[in-house]
Amino acid sequence: MNGFVSRQIDNAYSWVNERAPGATAWWNRHAGQYYAPKNFNFWYYFGSLAMLVFVNQILTGIWLTMNYKPTAAEAFDSVEYIMRDVEWGWLIRYMHSTGASMFFVVVYLHMFRGLIYGSYKKPRELIWTLGVVIFLVLMAEAFLGYVLPWGQMSYWGAQVITSLFGAIPVIGDPLVEFIRGDYLISDATLNRFFALHVIALPFVLAGLIYMHLMALHEVGSNNPDGVEIKKVKGPDGNPKDGIRFHPYYTVKDLFGASFFIMIAAFIIFFGPTMGGWFLEHDNFTAANPLVTPAHIKPVWYFTPYYAMLRAVPDKLLGVIIMGAATLIFFALPWLDRSEVKSIRYRGPITKVMITLFVLAFLVLGWLGTRSGAEAWEKPLAFWLTVYYFAFFFTMPIWSKIDKTKKVPDRVTYEH
Amino acid sequence: MKKFLISLILALCSSVVMAAGGGETLEQSGADLNDKASLQRGAKLFVNYCMGCHSLKYMRYSRVASDLDLSEEEVQRWLNFTGAKFGEPMLAAMKPEDATKWVGALAPDLSLTARVKLGGPDWIYTYLKSFYVDPARPLGWNNKLFPNASMPNPLWELQGIQVAEMGKDANGQPIVTHLQMSSPGTLSAEEYDRVARDLSNFLEYAAEPAALKRQAIGAYVVLFLAFLTFMAWMLKTEYWRDVH
Repeated sequence: MNGFVSRQIDNAYSWVNERAPGATAWWNRHAGQYYAPKNFNFWYYFGSLAMLVFVNQILTGIWLTMNYKPTAAEAFDSVEYIMRDVEWGWLIRYMHSTGASMFFVVVYLHMFRGLIYGSYKKPRELIWTLGVVIFLVLMAEAFLGYVLPWGQMSYWGAQVITSLFGAIPVIGDPLVEFIRGDYLISDATLNRFFALHVIALPFVLAGLIYMHLMALHEVGSNNPDGVEIKKVKGPDGNPKDGIRFHPYYTVKDLFGASFFIMIAAFIIFFGPTMGGWFLEHDNFTAANPLVTPAHIKPVWYFTPYYAMLRAVPDKLLGVIIMGAATLIFFALPWLDRSEVKSIRYRGPITKVMITLFVLAFLVLGWLGTRSGAEAWEKPLAFWLTVYYFAFFFTMPIWSKIDKTKKVPDRVTYEH
Repeated sequence: MKKFLISLILALCSSVVMAAGGGETLEQSGADLNDKASLQRGAKLFVNYCMGCHSLKYMRYSRVASDLDLSEEEVQRWLNFTGAKFGEPMLAAMKPEDATKWVGALAPDLSLTARVKLGGPDWIYTYLKSFYVDPARPLGWNNKLFPNASMPNPLWELQGIQVAEMGKDANGQPIVTHLQMSSPGTLSAEEYDRVARDLSNFLEYAAEPAALKRQAIGAYVVLFLAFLTFMAWMLKTEYWRDVH
């Protein structure tokens, strides 16, 4: 019996291999014979976790579309229908809504990893820039998805965000109308946002993620030491500090994925709204164009940029600042002039600058959730925004003059 | 890494607590979705005192029956006064067009109130205890938690009639400082608290009926995943033995 089964598998394998000889080569190139540094630490889980969340969003998204109605009249009711009348609909919806927030959690941590270990530096600029494009598309995707439940915050958030395009001189107003498909957010807007959210942007994201990975596999992964493992090869021609991605990292990522899903399940089953952070109180009221909520704010993952927008008195300038704050990540590989990649071998200036950058980002995020009514909020957001940009613009100087330690030839790995 | 994880978890917990805190001080309702008797009493109170005007348009009678361990007959006899079919939603007795004519506006649907209001059932509990007589209002009632609410106190016979003691706030504007019972109702204060709690509990259930199942199976899901994580860790350790 055993022999029979394995013979059938072997036959099937060679059948495919004869007709697609590239399949095995592809597998070996990207997993079986792909050598990754052996010293990955905690921060290296978030790339595979982002993929996991992406798959979750696609699958749960497909099932949500089976019962969701993309019309202004029915959207809100259909979400409640999913929550109440569809078998396990509540679970699918919570997996999708929690997944949206967790996507940003892992992507922000993934980007932070790149920042501290210099993963964007030569020869990985292409990986980084593709990653920034993914980040931008992901923000668009999240915004579009947030509009679909058609709650008060969906509606008014969409109203505010689309109106930002109106700040652009000359073409602003026609552009807003073009995006909305109407003079204000309406049924037409919801319908096109649905199309973009479930077809256009997921396609773009999938393609970009593939390119991001292929670009990574061309040059190989960085690591916490910032050592190029390809420089020291063994007699077999493979990096001495590298291990095959499969099975070593597939099994390690399996552990990471299980742990992550456990945390996500805890949220999904015991606090799916996260006390109003993942699903907001105001969004349980159906969209009403006649009633403006007292306090319109985006979901937590947009709040740092929202705080920047509000910190600038002029609308056009605010929009430019907000856009620049996300686009500036593209320039990172060319702003960093340090000889050394990893923070482990960099001096105190880098460590202080990055710590302050993270703090500024977090405090901006917190300010973005507040109403902005207190007198101290605006100046604080303003100066944190100034620091946010100063971090990037002065990077060519401080990264150059900062002391560095000698980078070892081999990675540090304690068994 | 361990330190990082601990601080991450603490940060998540504190953010939840932070988000839960509202502006006004709410009384603790003690609402408990596992208390089936309280949910049943709440359902009965709701159809008797609230559903004249307020609907639960997302809540089907049949769902209430299966979730609250009631038979179809019991529900149709004791909870359904509008002649709706068993599978239909719990709509108010008052027609929307009549509502506008009689009291000026359609009473809001309460299906999701417990999710919309900060504090959820505690908000509803406090609201139900905060009515007082105010001749200046069109229907003679006002509410300390929700000033100038257009709704009269539907439970006044049970609770009794409260009057407000007025004071001045920091800007010299008149505010309600305290509510005083002027003529007691048919229930004692403790009994009325239970009425308010049962109603808040029922409305919390109505806002998310899936919560019962969610919490019931959640522990098993998380336990299974903890086991899976442990197994994955063992597997990882085993494979990584040959990495030096």
